[in-house]
Amino acid sequence: MKIHEYQAKALLQEAGVSVPQGVPVFDLDQVEAAVNELGGGTVVVKAQIHAGGRGKGGGVKVVNGLAEAKQVAGEILGMQLVTHQTGPEGKKVQRLLIEEGMDIKKEYYFGIVVDRSRECPVIMASTEGGMEIEKVAAETPEKIIKEFIDPALGLQSFQATKIAYGLGFTGKVVRQASALFMNLYKVFVAQDCSMVEINPLVETGDGRVLALDAKVNFDDNAAYRHKNVWPELRDLDEEEPLEIEASKFGLNYIKLDGEVGCMVNGAGLAMATMDIIKLAGAEPANFLDVGGSANAEAVANAFRIILSDANVKAVLVNIFGGIVRCDRIANGIIEATKMVDIKVPLVVRLEGTNAEEAARILEDSGIEMTVARGLADAAEKVVASFK
Amino acid sequence: MSILVDKNSKIVVQGITGSEGMFHAQQCILYGTQVVAGVTPGKGGQKMDEVPVFNTVADAVATTGANVSLIFVPPPFAADAIMEAVDAGIELVVCITEGIPTLDMLKVKAFMKGKKARMIGPNCPGIITPDAAKVGIMPGFIHKAGKVGVISRSGTLTYEAVKQLTERGLGQSTCIGIGGDPIIGSRFIDLLELFEADPDTEAVVMIGEIGGSAEEEAARFVSDKMTKPVIGFIAGQTAPPGRRMGHAGAIIAGGKGTAAEKMAAMTQAGIHVVKSPADIGATVVKALA
Repeated sequence: MKIHEYQAKALLQEAGVSVPQGVPVFDLDQVEAAVNELGGGTVVVKAQIHAGGRGKGGGVKVVNGLAEAKQVAGEILGMQLVTHQTGPEGKKVQRLLIEEGMDIKKEYYFGIVVDRSRECPVIMASTEGGMEIEKVAAETPEKIIKEFIDPALGLQSFQATKIAYGLGFTGKVVRQASALFMNLYKVFVAQDCSMVEINPLVETGDGRVLALDAKVNFDDNAAYRHKNVWPELRDLDEEEPLEIEASKFGLNYIKLDGEVGCMVNGAGLAMATMDIIKLAGAEPANFLDVGGSANAEAVANAFRIILSDANVKAVLVNIFGGIVRCDRIANGIIEATKMVDIKVPLVVRLEGTNAEEAARILEDSGIEMTVARGLADAAEKVVASFK
Repeated sequence: MSILVDKNSKIVVQGITGSEGMFHAQQCILYGTQVVAGVTPGKGGQKMDEVPVFNTVADAVATTGANVSLIFVPPPFAADAIMEAVDAGIELVVCITEGIPTLDMLKVKAFMKGKKARMIGPNCPGIITPDAAKVGIMPGFIHKAGKVGVISRSGTLTYEAVKQLTERGLGQSTCIGIGGDPIIGSRFIDLLELFEADPDTEAVVMIGEIGGSAEEEAARFVSDKMTKPVIGFIAGQTAPPGRRMGHAGAIIAGGKGTAAEKMAAMTQAGIHVVKSPADIGATVVKALA
């Protein structure tokens, strides 16, 4: 799960991490009060969307005084912000963060993620603030400081100090920086984050160290222990409406750009089905894991969601019935086709227990569909059905 | 022969009185697996069918000599259940549970360091040695005893591969679902090593997916250490970057973990990489010819 910068900064501030003073704004009427609260001088107007590259896309502007702040806020709020992470259609800006201007002496990068192969959290820090860490890693890997953290013990003070000296901090600022790193790690653990990224972390002219930007992602698996905080931080405007709808029914659906809708049980088989559709000469319209039982209700809901996508020209149902017998799933599919009006070609492939009987049930049902046997056959039939 | 589990494995099912745990324990027993004990705190002294239930894994081990644990405990308690099994001296812990927080798994891995227990999963279908022991939730009947080892990050896609093998008369020595999470008990390399040493395994199928670098590690291992043919498939060749494809571990992050990268590394290591999941069985036949 992703959250906005202003929400991330509120979490950081609560944990003792210094951030610039700022006020979130949802409506242009709120700009004046926000600028006044910040003292009225130089402020930064920042678009709040769940994508990086906002500055380059024109979503972050430094302005002087209330009049300019109002004008720029008016331009950014409601704009369709295009960055390298939003896709060409961009993302509509519906929230702003207005912050005090900063006298920046130097910018740094600081991030915490889980290192999957070492099986521990890792801190990556670099003097190349403002640059994407992937780019630094590819071009100048020697400029990245890595500190691996024992998951049982947590970040130790000496490690935080080492990073601070490694980044070139000197004098009293070292202690300030290392305390900030310790607090960032506290947030990473306390909030079950999959990522905490501060890019840039800055040192100001008057010797303060602050998180100028903040990107915090949560580990969805830990949602059950953050029921009081996370639901409030979720911004449904940032999510695909069909994906929200699917999640209500416990379906794992991801919208893609192709024309073949897929309904599959199991995440790996669902990905493999997308892949084989592509090999057969078409593009998948979605990823959808309908779950283990694949009963009539789940299948009907899955059909509804897949068919809400206007690009879908045909649907492939690919289910491997393991413990649940295929004849039952076949009856479920027949039930579901009565609940939903399917106007595009439908290809069904059931494999596993009682697969032959299931194929017969489907063929004898009188419902318009093509029954496929085998993965390759299914992919070829669904592509041929509309091409 | 086989790896990890066989007819002599004695299974304790943690969470045996829950609906999932009970159903699958019964299925394992029907397959012929020795399920010797169950554990549910507070229900010690009861029985699930003929299986005695204990309050702790330590009690179950002391009384029944269980050496393999199969875990169906819900996510908030699963990490603790794994550590309990390890502490009780269980040699092999198989965790089916989906949805364990990553930070919990990191602690489990730290806890297991230096201990002899091996772990499979979480978020996996488990392990099966056909005709000997089924320690998981896979449909037993699609399997056939034989000489191909299978290692996979997926569930139903594994069944698909197994079915293709069985249809071609190729049986399996042991099939292991290693799980779809970012942090798992055993990775491809751990099991490739076991299959390489198993005299009755002649080839190995590895089914990976996008996310992480476990397939690249495996490729290096295959190139350096394996003499047996390895056949590989990577799911998610069409997956968009930055999206979690159902499995918590299946995500292309920061441009890393793509199917293309993995397939290139595997091909270079001499693994028979198939582009289509429908070609797995036929390619194994060819590799063994």
